[in-house]
Amino acid sequence: MGVELTPLLAMAIPAAGAVAIALLGRWPNLREAATLTTAGLLLAVVLGLANQELARGAAGGNFGPAFSLGEMIPGMALEFRVEALGVIYALVASGLWLLNSVYSIGYMRAHHEENQTRFYMCFGLAMASVMGIAFASNMFTLFVFYEALTMTTYPLVAHAGTPTALRGARTYLGVLVTTSICFLLLGTSLTWYLTGNLDFSVEGVFAAGVETNSISSGMVALLYGLFVYGIGKAAVMPAHRWLPAAMVAPTPVSAFLHAVAVVKAGVFSVLKITVYLFGLDTLKGVGGTDFFIYAACFTIIAGSGVAMFQDNLKRRLAYSTISQLAYIVLGAALLTPSGIEGAGLHIVMHAWGKITLFFCAGAVMVAAHKTDISQMKGLGRKMPFTFGAFAIASISIIGLPPMGGSWSKWYLMMGSLEADKSWIVWVLVVSSLMNIAYLLPVATNAFFLSPDEKPSPDVHGDHGHDDHGTVAHSASGIQEAPLLCVIPLCLTALGSFLLFLYPGPILTLCQMIGS
Amino acid sequence: MSFIDYNLPVLIVIVPLLGGLLSVLWGTLFGPRRDLSWGWAMLVAAAELALVLKMVGTVVDSATGSVVYNMGSWPGPWGIEYRVDYLNAFVLLVVAGIGAATILFARHSVHDEIPHDRSHVFYGVWLLCLTGLVGITITGDTFNVYVLLEITSLTSYALIAMGKDRDRRALLAALRYLILGSIGASFILLGIGYLLMLTGTLNMEDMHNTLIAIPDLATNRTVLVAFAFLLVGLSLKSALFPLHMWLPGAYTYAPSAISAFLASTATKVGIYMAFRFMYTIFGRHYSIEVLPGHLVLLACAAAAIIVPNLSAIRQTEVKRLLAFSSAGQIGYMVMGFALANEDGMTGSIVHLFNHAAMKGGMFLAIGAVIYRVGSAHITDLNGLGKRMPWTMGAFSIGGLGLAGFPLTAGFISKWYLIKGCLTAGYWYLAVLVLFASLLAVIYVWKMLERIWFTEPDESTAHIKEAPPTMLIATWGLILTSLYFGVHAEFTVGMAQKAAAFLLEVTP
Repeated sequence: MGVELTPLLAMAIPAAGAVAIALLGRWPNLREAATLTTAGLLLAVVLGLANQELARGAAGGNFGPAFSLGEMIPGMALEFRVEALGVIYALVASGLWLLNSVYSIGYMRAHHEENQTRFYMCFGLAMASVMGIAFASNMFTLFVFYEALTMTTYPLVAHAGTPTALRGARTYLGVLVTTSICFLLLGTSLTWYLTGNLDFSVEGVFAAGVETNSISSGMVALLYGLFVYGIGKAAVMPAHRWLPAAMVAPTPVSAFLHAVAVVKAGVFSVLKITVYLFGLDTLKGVGGTDFFIYAACFTIIAGSGVAMFQDNLKRRLAYSTISQLAYIVLGAALLTPSGIEGAGLHIVMHAWGKITLFFCAGAVMVAAHKTDISQMKGLGRKMPFTFGAFAIASISIIGLPPMGGSWSKWYLMMGSLEADKSWIVWVLVVSSLMNIAYLLPVATNAFFLSPDEKPSPDVHGDHGHDDHGTVAHSASGIQEAPLLCVIPLCLTALGSFLLFLYPGPILTLCQMIGS
Repeated sequence: MSFIDYNLPVLIVIVPLLGGLLSVLWGTLFGPRRDLSWGWAMLVAAAELALVLKMVGTVVDSATGSVVYNMGSWPGPWGIEYRVDYLNAFVLLVVAGIGAATILFARHSVHDEIPHDRSHVFYGVWLLCLTGLVGITITGDTFNVYVLLEITSLTSYALIAMGKDRDRRALLAALRYLILGSIGASFILLGIGYLLMLTGTLNMEDMHNTLIAIPDLATNRTVLVAFAFLLVGLSLKSALFPLHMWLPGAYTYAPSAISAFLASTATKVGIYMAFRFMYTIFGRHYSIEVLPGHLVLLACAAAAIIVPNLSAIRQTEVKRLLAFSSAGQIGYMVMGFALANEDGMTGSIVHLFNHAAMKGGMFLAIGAVIYRVGSAHITDLNGLGKRMPWTMGAFSIGGLGLAGFPLTAGFISKWYLIKGCLTAGYWYLAVLVLFASLLAVIYVWKMLERIWFTEPDESTAHIKEAPPTMLIATWGLILTSLYFGVHAEFTVGMAQKAAAFLLEVTP
């Protein structure tokens, strides 16, 4: 093995990128180049880290060496180590950040948004926090960067500065900060007080205490509850209200942060603490996770149920996200190997599917200025690429072959059977049916129904940008969003398909979790 | 040992004392010269900071962790003794650091707010106030504490009242502070008087040794009365809820630099005195085990972190909002030391430092707003992030610190405080502390939304960034709070040693 890449580099790159973006604010093209370069560099580094991790896995290891940023307080270091689950999360985030940056540039320019420098800068800082979360080697570090992610994404949600945006952002911050301060921080400090140890390891920190009965199983179950509900970003009901509220943000933010970075930070943290802070064996012995199986199943069904009645596309997708996140929490709470694998896989599969759906929603908004599903009838003929991608991603979210989402659902079902809870399989099946009911009609109506009213004929004969930034192809009747928006969404849809064909490396990484 | 090394403790008091007197004398004799007065005060404050840094170094290097200085070479209970250990070295650092930063800031602000012919008096009185604060902190003699407390109080009434040229309500605020402050000081004097009557000594250490030798200590009424007087007096001085009502007015109407100075030092020294009296003089055994004195304090502190924070949410004047927030933060400090365990006290001591840096920086940033905008109503903040990005950046970071977000100093204090609560078995206090930080999030966010997410008015187009001296002072404090939020080894280390020292040395 060559030079050991450090996770610190993965944090330093986006942070340095944010500084460069701030400095280049006056020259938009250079600024955007800085964003793309940073995203490309980060992806390269994370791919390198993933390669190293796979090599380590082949040799039977999992944890990389620890890299410390120094002790924050005596005995408590900001420390990072590469580990399979973190690599999965970092891969998803950095890969989609690159595509999302391309999309953002197209979207933000077409929409004539203000304060774009602040926007891209906060994105960079948020990515640095994401890397911090992904590679944190103890709960303290994870908490620090979890909060940093909330702080750096708040400006993105409140971006528009309108009263509606501020209200939405207030809910966002309110729910996330309340849960993290009142439950997560309390849980973390209680754990530190009880065990004196917050390091992630396969055995978990409670093993010794539970064995000697110095920590009661009720206490462990209570702590697990504090953690799962404290991680508001996982949006387990009733801590889900922030996610629909955050939809006031510009669409690239919803697409990336609220389908990938932020929500996945939540479910990633839940998985991480389940596997590495509590330890599967300890939790199995204590039996404290049964409640969360029910809570997750409830969220799966209720989230889908609410989504069915949303006419605003972004809101429908938000509730769909809530439901899908609960799959991952469910996988964690099952405490079986396949459950954990399915949860890890679903982080990847859902991210690629959901970001495509949000990209499509944004493209429709930019090109046709439509936000409600009922207005999108017949739009598929004008925007075939957008709605085609939407259909592909829907199939992945539903969990049908030949899309990546089918793998994670398969493993989750296996996990439920391993845990002797066959009724969960039915929950998953019902949820899939509900997904079909609320996702597929969006695409089919767009393609097969005719529009309610005749749109005004487009007068632009040239192929240039009109004042809404749309590319007008009057000859074919195609009126897609700017290329910078359309290309990323086609790529992510293609990604969902490729993940079905080649899930190998991701699957290997998922199998390494907890070993 | 050089002269300065040997006489370091007393020089820390003498330098600002003479500096203040000279400032007044020079201005009276040769006419007021504003920049000269400022330059002189700055020089004295910088020298003071250098001396204190040297003092801290001496304490850290000393084998016993405490340095004793006998005034006029008269030893222990007969002469006046200065005794510097980790605790007061740390508090001295806070006072001198804030003193230097606020005086650096004051140059333009005083130009704006204080009439030209009074500037030499202003800086002179300010240095005397600084003298009083460092004096209280450094001395090991209770009567010294009282005398210097009066110096501090009288000078701060005067300093607050000098805000009258900006707002006449400063006079009323100063009067209120004068009345309540005098009551507090009288209580403290009575308490010290009773103790003197009982023990026949004014030296803290000697007083403690005599006190614990009293056979019926647990039932002695005089000790109890002395304790009660001191508890109330000190609570008044450190603005502990419900005795905090003098504070919002005083901080709101004082000249900008003085608000920052007093908010970061005066109440901190009050809390330092409470530490000393409870742990060094009465001793942990009496204060905590015999008398549940800490329960009273815990109850007040619990109320203090809730009620004033709730009031802060309602405020529309930014300085007043910050003042109420200070009254809330005092609750954290008092709670930590009333927990009487090492983690809680560490949290409390480290919060003295962290809060001084954060809140001092925020008051300075608001001072800069007042200098540029003319007032600091909450609507004045609208879109100000575009006009004064550096000032508002510092203000925002300070605000995040108040709410205790990780990577800011506020988080470090909160972490230890919560652990202290859990160790002491008061898990509900830990929940309360966490809940209170949510209140801080609310009032901080109320301002941040206006600063960064509101478009500025056209009428504010002329507003420029604050002058460099103001920015340097503000960012100096904010960067300090950030640095010690990420690498808190020095601050926490000092606080831990101080806490261990107080808990171990005094039975």
